[in-house]
Amino acid sequence: MAQLNVNIDKLKLANPVLTASGTFGYGFEFDDFIDVNDLGGIVVKATTEEHREGNKYPRMAETPHGMLNAVGLQNKGIKYFRDEIYPKLRKYSTNVIANVSGSTVESYVAVAREMNQLDHIPAIELNISCPNVKEGGMAFGTSCASAQEVTKAVREVYDKTLIVKLSPNVTNIADIALAVEESGADAVSLINTLLSMAIDIRTQRPVLSTITGGLSGPAVKPVALRMVWQVAQAVKIPVIGMGGITNAEDAIEFLLAGATAIEVGTANFIDPQVTVKIINGINEYLEHTGCQSVNEIIGALKTK
Amino acid sequence: MHTKKQILDLQVIKHTSLNDHHAVLTCTSEKKLPTLLAGQFAEISAGDTAGTFLRRPFSIHDYNKDENTVSFLIQIKGNGSAIIGSLQPGEYMNVILPLGNSFSMPAQGEKVLLTGGGCGVAPLLLLAKSVIAAGASCDILIGARDEDNLMETEELSELGTLFTTTEDGSEGIQGFVTDHPVMQELKENYSKVYSCGPDPMMKAVATIAEASGVDCEVSLENTMACGIGACLCCVTETTEGHKCVCTDGPVFNSKELKWHN
Ligand SMILES: Cc1cc2nc3c(=O)[nH]c(=O)nc-3n(C[C@H](O)[C@H](O)[C@H](O)COP(=O)(O)OP(=O)(O)OC[C@H]3O[C@@H](n4cnc5c(N)ncnc54)[C@H](O)[C@@H]3O)c2cc1C
Ligand SMILES: Cc1cc2nc3c(=O)[nH]c(=O)nc-3n(C[C@H](O)[C@H](O)[C@H](O)COP(=O)(O)O)c2cc1C
Ligand code: FES
Repeated sequence: MAQLNVNIDKLKLANPVLTASGTFGYGFEFDDFIDVNDLGGIVVKATTEEHREGNKYPRMAETPHGMLNAVGLQNKGIKYFRDEIYPKLRKYSTNVIANVSGSTVESYVAVAREMNQLDHIPAIELNISCPNVKEGGMAFGTSCASAQEVTKAVREVYDKTLIVKLSPNVTNIADIALAVEESGADAVSLINTLLSMAIDIRTQRPVLSTITGGLSGPAVKPVALRMVWQVAQAVKIPVIGMGGITNAEDAIEFLLAGATAIEVGTANFIDPQVTVKIINGINEYLEHTGCQSVNEIIGALKTK
Repeated sequence: MHTKKQILDLQVIKHTSLNDHHAVLTCTSEKKLPTLLAGQFAEISAGDTAGTFLRRPFSIHDYNKDENTVSFLIQIKGNGSAIIGSLQPGEYMNVILPLGNSFSMPAQGEKVLLTGGGCGVAPLLLLAKSVIAAGASCDILIGARDEDNLMETEELSELGTLFTTTEDGSEGIQGFVTDHPVMQELKENYSKVYSCGPDPMMKAVATIAEASGVDCEVSLENTMACGIGACLCCVTETTEGHKCVCTDGPVFNSKELKWHN
């Protein structure tokens, strides 16, 4: 068995495989299929300050090798999370990371402040990249100034590991990554979904109720990989890579490109056991290539 | 009671073509199948092609504990159902099951009405068998475009009195299921109505049932990505806000629903 443990700031992961927010529920949904504690950690679905009903149906469209979603951050708000969900999450011994979303700087801060009090949540992932909410969300992640503003404000109230999740819907993602690094982020994660759309030609209407939605799944992998590589070149803080990872080979590509850990999203829908298979596959690859530790392949891409 | 969800490779042992776009696949598993209840469904993989990336949800059509078999009634609609619906004996399909809640069972001695439209008959076969196993009895009312699309009539007629409607009048009463006379005397004859079919049909059945003061349970369809409550893509509007069809449903009491469109 090769050494699979990696560190993201103060966060110690037993292996580099995490789950992507919004694709793994609160973990409970997967208890029948895997031992969630086998994972490096889980990122649970987005929490906002207030209860959100999310967008209207239809919220999903399948597209070649991927899917569009327009869930719109449906959740019951931070109070409900703290009182009803958090106590149940305490059963997991692995890292439980909260995904924090908002529509104003104040609302991000309000959620982050509450999360700071919860000792079983060692890190938050600040979602400044959701394409499915009208106000806020992705808007914060598409300019350096607003990304900086929200990161700085949250940094002031949050002491533990702060991961900022970046939007791919920008001209230069490395610039945004540098801006949040400078503002106190301990790590960046990327990519969130790509703004996209699908049309039903029989009805001549958009498939999603919101017209546009977010693309995820294998279709986005080459774009995600390129962005992870660019960001890893630019920043000194750890990078968590995601976008279309469905097997160990995909995960290894992201590690080689410079990601210290990876998140698995849409692939959980097709195979609820995929995360554990990826961990085993990474181990096999390391043993096969004679590596003692996964750290030997992180950022090991040979470009010359 | 929570039955552990399983990922299984099922082997098709029988393919019965019902007409040119519907088939019943009977499958077995090397491992013992978990207990499957009427109204529950499975997420079936059609293999990873460009157009069939996600699994497809299909109701449990029949389940035989002693023979360890499960069957699905598949309507060929797009790529996914075409691949799954053309599987032949000896071939395998990967499924996740059991998913979703189930129809509630009537008390012993009660009589209920099962209504189905088109391929909405899919969950009614196991439902009728379960109702009888619970010591209750049922009548079954199914409707379709034409005679050719009235499916599983022989099997269903062994489980209760079968009434039929067709839009073109080629069999049974002409019109929709709601045009059938049994729908006019619900309160007199039945303690509960169950419905599965296109939304407008279920809505019409539920409206009549509610007006007659009879409880109505409907089985909804919705586009699903995961089928296990993880993605929140499959919501329907209810009196308590958005609920997931895959975990809170697919069976709902009609009074809970604020039917979309
Ligand atoms: C709980 C449940 C039980 C069902 N039971 C049956 C059954 O017993 N027999 C049967 O023939 N059909 C059933 N359906 C409908 C069946 O799932 C769809 O017809 C099928 O997914 C269409 O896939 P396709 O690739 O052939 O079509 P496409 O139209 O090519 O599918 C494209 C995408 O839309 C989704 N989609 C399209 N229509 C539906 C729909 N009505 N419901 C859910 N997703 C849809 C597919 O999952 C896919 O992602 C059920 C649906 C649900 C939600
Ligand atoms: C249904 C769905 C819901 C999502 N919800 C969230 C969310 O609440 N917060 C967030 O930061 N990202 C969310 N995402 C984005 C994923 O976490 C991930 O960034 C993206 O899907 C790319 O990874 P993948 O291709 O492996 O799915 C969601 C994605 C999907 C498919
Ligand atoms: S299909 Fe994913 S929550 Fe229902």
